[in-house]
Amino acid sequence: MRLRSAIAFAAIALAACPVLAGEIPPDQRRSGTSFMAPATRAIQDDDTANPGMLFALDGEKLWNKKIGSAGKACADCHGDVAESMKGVAARYPAFDKAQGRPVNLEQRINLCRANHQRASPLAYESHDLLALEAFVAKQSRDIAISTGDDPQLSPFIEKGRDLFMQRQGQLNLSCANCHDDNWDRKLAGSAITQAHPTGYPIYRLEWQTLGSLQRRLRSCISGIRAQPYDYGALELVELELYLMSRARGMKMESPAVRP
Amino acid sequence: MRAMPTRRTFLELAGGAALAGTVPVVTIRPLQATPAMLNAAIRNVVGEAPVRAGKVTLDIPPLVENGNTVPMTVRVASPMTEKDYVKSIHVFNEKNPQPNVGNFYIGPMAGRAQVSARIRLADTQKVVAIARLSDDTFWSASADVIVTLAACTEEVN
Amino acid sequence: MASALINVPKKAKRGDVIEIKTLMSHIMESGFRHTSAGDLVPRDIITSFVCRYNGAEIFRADLFPAIAANPFISFFTVAKDSGKFEFEWIGDNGFAETASAAITVE
Repeated sequence: MRLRSAIAFAAIALAACPVLAGEIPPDQRRSGTSFMAPATRAIQDDDTANPGMLFALDGEKLWNKKIGSAGKACADCHGDVAESMKGVAARYPAFDKAQGRPVNLEQRINLCRANHQRASPLAYESHDLLALEAFVAKQSRDIAISTGDDPQLSPFIEKGRDLFMQRQGQLNLSCANCHDDNWDRKLAGSAITQAHPTGYPIYRLEWQTLGSLQRRLRSCISGIRAQPYDYGALELVELELYLMSRARGMKMESPAVRP
Repeated sequence: MRAMPTRRTFLELAGGAALAGTVPVVTIRPLQATPAMLNAAIRNVVGEAPVRAGKVTLDIPPLVENGNTVPMTVRVASPMTEKDYVKSIHVFNEKNPQPNVGNFYIGPMAGRAQVSARIRLADTQKVVAIARLSDDTFWSASADVIVTLAACTEEVN
Repeated sequence: MASALINVPKKAKRGDVIEIKTLMSHIMESGFRHTSAGDLVPRDIITSFVCRYNGAEIFRADLFPAIAANPFISFFTVAKDSGKFEFEWIGDNGFAETASAAITVE
């Protein structure tokens, strides 16, 4: 029964889907949530059943923990998280003047740790870094994405767009081939989404844990049999920057659940 | 789309929890449970008593989004009174390495004989739920579930 | 201390059938995975879960590797008296966690 409705849905979507290559018209943009089965959506919609919230709970503990040789907690400078972090994740990656380049939320957290808490950086994809990221990103829930407004980001957004459009890997596919041209079709039984990062960090059922957009991008890039960039690489931040600016106006859903 | 139940090697990265950082984890499909193992596991719980189909509803998506986390609800039609209630619900699978999924013990104070959990299914297979009533009779329901692998599996670093 | 999320209604009327949802963080390592070197990753799962309502056991579960990571278990009970629900998760490698939730029954 579900298969029949999936086929019917695909048929309707095929008719509505743009035939030629091109960016998705703003009124046709859909979050990854809308591509999920109702049972998976139910996991995301209930904060007490969403495993991503377990990480956000841990993030709250870390937010209040004094660390580093400065003996400071995030809360000491930023105060009430709901106020200070509201809307922050919705405008990241952001330009960092000292570095002269955009940084994503994970890098910002580590910069804060180094500069203000005088603590060692947290490893990418470590539990603590993801927990803090989930806690901070959650404060932007339902807020419209505004990434990329800063004119200093323009050259990096352009670079990210090029990375999105370029064919790569043994399968010679570009991100756009699937996510601009063939969204709502199926790839080996899984729905192809439009690739809007509205819910990161996500609890991905495939990983059975929380993960960042970087991890998802590296996973996609290996999927097309190309060499993935290292964690923290500028290319990944540029891609993230482009994807977020492409999703401008869509509401944040972090921490989301994805298949 | 039906996944062929053949042996497959696929790569999975550890989710970063217990294993150090980026230690790569490979899942090689071990010996699959067979229908014989499934029956043996059921006999273990049920003994020689007959198992009748009925009273039990097994709510599980016919085509799962991802075999690693499948939401499942088991419901048993029962008045749940002191005299007539559900003692326990047992869930089994056909093709995971192990036939048991979970045993859930409730009792008359439950009010409603319904349990939900998230389970792992390694392949397209049958899932069986068996309820034991207060009069020690056994009732069952089964569901056929299609499980496909994720489209792009993560490579080892 | 591993995080747990419990969903129990704060208030209920005597005799109401209420739903209790629980979520515990745990990797639930099945014991069937291997590293790329071929070594078996040892099993590490929660094996049992118990819920007590004002001291009396109202729900118990045996969990196997087929239960997904970060186990979610929900069940029902009849609201009787005000008091406390206590939850306990026991597992491999000495895993033992507890949580509790209060309820007011009028």
